[in-house]
Amino acid sequence: MAWIRRQRNFIGLTLNFLMRRKGKNAALFLVYTMVVFLLSSVLFFTHAVKKEASLVLADAPEIIVQRLIAGRQDLMPEQAVDKIRAITGVDSVRGRLWGYYYDPVFRANYTLVVPPEFNYGAGNLVVGKGVSRSSIVSEGGIIPLKTTEGKIVTLTVQEILSTESELVSSDMILISEPDFRNIFGIRNGLLTDLAVTVRNPKEISTIANKIKKILPDSRPITRSEILRTYDAIFNWRGGIILLILSVCVIAFMIFSWDKAAGLSAGEKKEIGILKATGWETSDVILLKFWEGIVMSLTSFLGGMVLAYLHVFFTASILFSPVLKGWSVLYPEFRLVPFIDAYQVTTVFCLTVLPYTAATIIPAWKAANTDPDAVMRA
Amino acid sequence: MNDKKFQIFMGYLLLNLICFVLMFAHAAYSRREMRPALAEKSVMVKEYSLTDLCLFTDARYTRHPSMADLNTPFQDYPLSFEHFPSGSLVPPPPHLMSLSMAYGLD
Repeated sequence: MAWIRRQRNFIGLTLNFLMRRKGKNAALFLVYTMVVFLLSSVLFFTHAVKKEASLVLADAPEIIVQRLIAGRQDLMPEQAVDKIRAITGVDSVRGRLWGYYYDPVFRANYTLVVPPEFNYGAGNLVVGKGVSRSSIVSEGGIIPLKTTEGKIVTLTVQEILSTESELVSSDMILISEPDFRNIFGIRNGLLTDLAVTVRNPKEISTIANKIKKILPDSRPITRSEILRTYDAIFNWRGGIILLILSVCVIAFMIFSWDKAAGLSAGEKKEIGILKATGWETSDVILLKFWEGIVMSLTSFLGGMVLAYLHVFFTASILFSPVLKGWSVLYPEFRLVPFIDAYQVTTVFCLTVLPYTAATIIPAWKAANTDPDAVMRA
Repeated sequence: MNDKKFQIFMGYLLLNLICFVLMFAHAAYSRREMRPALAEKSVMVKEYSLTDLCLFTDARYTRHPSMADLNTPFQDYPLSFEHFPSGSLVPPPPHLMSLSMAYGLD
């Protein structure tokens, strides 16, 4: 009980000391909260996208086979389907027809996909929510698309894909095979690429190698490579994420260094007076420890909660100008909040621990000096 | 005076802690609530044989990064620079970083 009362008195005194330099400490609190907010936002966002990619793309084709000519992707002749199907262990091979269409009216890029079964037939479309939003079209409306020969084909929108699926379908247009071939001038017998399913998942890489031998001009891309792509994009060790994290950590290092480099004359005098009035060095350190904890804990918790609201309630509104780039059609997706103790511990170790250490060390140095010398300094 | 400040601070800290705990509770609830939406996306990926998430739509090599090649970002003219903003966010996929894969060599 006495211990609790003692700590309570220490916290009360710490608050008094903090309030004495209101402006400075309020600024420190804001900077600290901002650093935690930015770090946590980046970690929450990247982890959520990576996790969602791993779950959603777990059902992506096991192997995609592209044809490469002069280092660029080219159309795949239909005969390749039978050649791959003949490989032992291959379950099925399906030719994919898909491509990009730039709409000069709305300046948006669409992804046109021919599904294996398109129930609406030629002359009709199913569009993603982003397409419907950017081209201001609803069910029953029409979308004119230009063929490679310059003719305009008018297609009717039969269905709009759900908002929940925007992360995979926002810019997608599902179209019938005859319309697709007509728009892009792709003759029968040619495919964009091939999707291969394998009976035993352990044989994927062996079959990919066999495909490469049978079709030397092809490039097989396995599902694990697709999944690794998203790990690489949102890995904190690379690209823009490393840049943002570095800026945060450097800002925080400068901030902590400023604290650790030395106490102000007023703070030194305070410590000198405390020592002169009979305080032990351990009491001074305890006081400074509480100062660090009060500042760290409030900033840490506040910054984390704000980051959570930012990423999962406002759809990362502060990051969206960077993510949108030149995209006219931008998916409005709501990420699933995959947060765990690992992210919290990472932010805690990067902020709270160095800050608390930076508060205690200079106070310990000052508390070990003669009170008279500290007060005269 | 010290007591009043202590109580205000503890109240504020408690509020923060409650929000922090609520954050985890909300995350767990949302994960359960959004399970059907995740399943819908998985079904779509399987049905249409999709390979990528729709995160960036400005350039084709960032719309489908796993399907990209090394030439496309620099396709405009000899010695051209990659210029789409999303290109600076999306590094080349790991399987393209191996030269043999990128150029279809053995």
